[in-house]
Amino acid sequence: MSEKFDVIVVGAGPAGTSCAYTCAKNGLKVLQIERGEYPGSKNVMGGVLYRQQMEEIIPEFWKEAPLERPVIEQRFWMMDKESAVTFGYKGLEWGMEPYNNFTVLRAPFDQWFAKKGVEQGVLLVNETVVLECIVENGKVVGVRTDRPDGEVYADVVVLADGVNSLLGKQLGFHKEFRPDEVALTVMEVINLSKDKINDRFNLEENQGCTIEIFGDSTKGNLGTAFIYTNKESINIGVGTTLSSMIKAKLKPYDLLDYLKTHPMVRPLMEGGESLEYLAHLIPEGGYHSVPKVAGNGVLLVGDAAQLVNAIHREGSNMAMKSGKMAAEAIIEAKNRNDFSESSLNKYREALYDSFIMKDLEKYKDAAHVFEHYPQYFNEYVPMINRAASKFFTVDGTSKKDKQKQIMRSITGERGKLKVIQDMFRAWKAVK
Amino acid sequence: MHIVVCVKQVPDTKIIKINPKTNTLDRRSAPAILNPYDAHAVQEAVKIKKMIGEGTISVLSMGPPQATAVIKKSIEIGADRGYLISDRAFAGADTLATSYALSKALERISKEQKIDLVICGLHAIDGDTGQVGPGIARRLDIPPITNVIEVTEFNKKEKTVLLKRKIANGYQLIEAQYPCLLTVGKEINEIEYSPMPNMIKAARYEPIIWTVNDLENVDRPQLGLKGSPTIVGKMFTPPKPEGGKKLDGNADEQVAQLIALLEDKKELLFANH
Repeated sequence: MSEKFDVIVVGAGPAGTSCAYTCAKNGLKVLQIERGEYPGSKNVMGGVLYRQQMEEIIPEFWKEAPLERPVIEQRFWMMDKESAVTFGYKGLEWGMEPYNNFTVLRAPFDQWFAKKGVEQGVLLVNETVVLECIVENGKVVGVRTDRPDGEVYADVVVLADGVNSLLGKQLGFHKEFRPDEVALTVMEVINLSKDKINDRFNLEENQGCTIEIFGDSTKGNLGTAFIYTNKESINIGVGTTLSSMIKAKLKPYDLLDYLKTHPMVRPLMEGGESLEYLAHLIPEGGYHSVPKVAGNGVLLVGDAAQLVNAIHREGSNMAMKSGKMAAEAIIEAKNRNDFSESSLNKYREALYDSFIMKDLEKYKDAAHVFEHYPQYFNEYVPMINRAASKFFTVDGTSKKDKQKQIMRSITGERGKLKVIQDMFRAWKAVK
Repeated sequence: MHIVVCVKQVPDTKIIKINPKTNTLDRRSAPAILNPYDAHAVQEAVKIKKMIGEGTISVLSMGPPQATAVIKKSIEIGADRGYLISDRAFAGADTLATSYALSKALERISKEQKIDLVICGLHAIDGDTGQVGPGIARRLDIPPITNVIEVTEFNKKEKTVLLKRKIANGYQLIEAQYPCLLTVGKEINEIEYSPMPNMIKAARYEPIIWTVNDLENVDRPQLGLKGSPTIVGKMFTPPKPEGGKKLDGNADEQVAQLIALLEDKKELLFANH
């Protein structure tokens, strides 16, 4: 029989590597299998890495990790065709230790993180696809890869195989996702000089900014667009739920082109050269979509467990936290030498006890509400823009009259009762 | 049978960019890979080991510490162990100094286990000279057989190997005494998808790293930049080839044009490289 490990981790993204790293650091024999040429070669995210959960794994990682810029400003745009209502927060304290979050490029970052795991003793095998879990007597005992002599065995298999988690599906932990449970996001990395970025985004050396854009960025569909500043490039992307895309017959690349040439966005991109084009599914089903996360000899972490907070665009932090908690449960299970579902359920308990499931529960109906009541994106955003335009245009009308006109135009368009209903529904969804 | 394969880490020249100002390779623009011909050399060693049913495959490389990556890659393909000679003294070597340093390392390896066969890639895709293989053979005083496309048979009693090698307009069958040195291109084999145990072995493997002090009887002035008489006069990006010619007209006219063209340029019919 082939070699047996304590743990096999499938996937070398933030969730898988956090788990592999923590297990190896605690003396477990870990095999990590990645399908890409190297960790990060297949991984995509908008580009915000949160400090807190990363630091729980590698203290002061910012001193050596390949990061782009610390984010010191978060902007939000409610964008219409030729206007935008904006708000945000800029705080210089985010530009100093211990920082809040960073922009990153996944290819270098994931490689670096995986290398830290290897330094702890993780055996990392790239360019290898795990075809299925080997199940014996109702227990996962290993995985079968696509290589000759491809079976490898372990006490616990951790599925960190991403949003589609074919392995989770194979085990019957979840079904094929519905189109409203996943978002399709496309993004481009656009080359732009440091000086231009600093000028256009009002930044100084080693300061970054993020912009989240709602409304016309998705042509009024449920989703968001984003612009993040790297050192010498910009990540620009847009995503909507697959169901919206189907309903509105949108092509993701058309949406991105629309965004890039939007008069509110174009000046920021001017003269930039496209370096990379990426696309990925994002699990946005939230609380209700989280599958079974622990079984006999198997755990699900990160995107594979659908751990993404779409409202706050958090995902990599949840991936890392879940990977770490999975590792802790495995270490305990190893001490008991019991890898059954009830033993590994410690992970499930920890997960539901953490901010991850608490946050997902808070917004458990949000996606559903916004999906079924598209007026938030396609009516209210333009309405707010018109209201702001009216309010700030100096035309001799008294401010009091302006307020009245604005209120009348809002309630007039949708009816007073409907507006109150809409507001109450939205508040309930995110309260 | 002890086979040593010499391998080199090279930038992936399919995607590398040339700095237009300095006309030098911008090595950051491309990932470092195992020279593709060397991968075939390792694969051939694996095939030979399988063919004769026994043997040890060592790989040898020279380069900075990160060149251990190509040794690990060779272990994935099926090598048993790997040596990297890495030292500032070797830096800046041209093909002359490189073949000298590698031959000294081969002498040392041979002391641990006698070498029966050395296999090199036809040439490295970054320098394209094809000189290091024959250079090593000359220094070790063994026959170099270049551009081998098939290793047919070993006669252990007679210590001979039967080879097929490609020449300008055909093939040559050679029976050679071994130890000898072969250089091989992509035609010789298909790289196989490495088995899982090899992948795990490679992930775990720590290559043996030697500095210049680990080698014996080294004449230091022959190493590195000092030992390299080559001067790169100029480097430039070759002009893009002009587009092909499109034939117009109906089928008969196009056929006539094509035949006229081929009669005019007979070399197109016999191009064989």
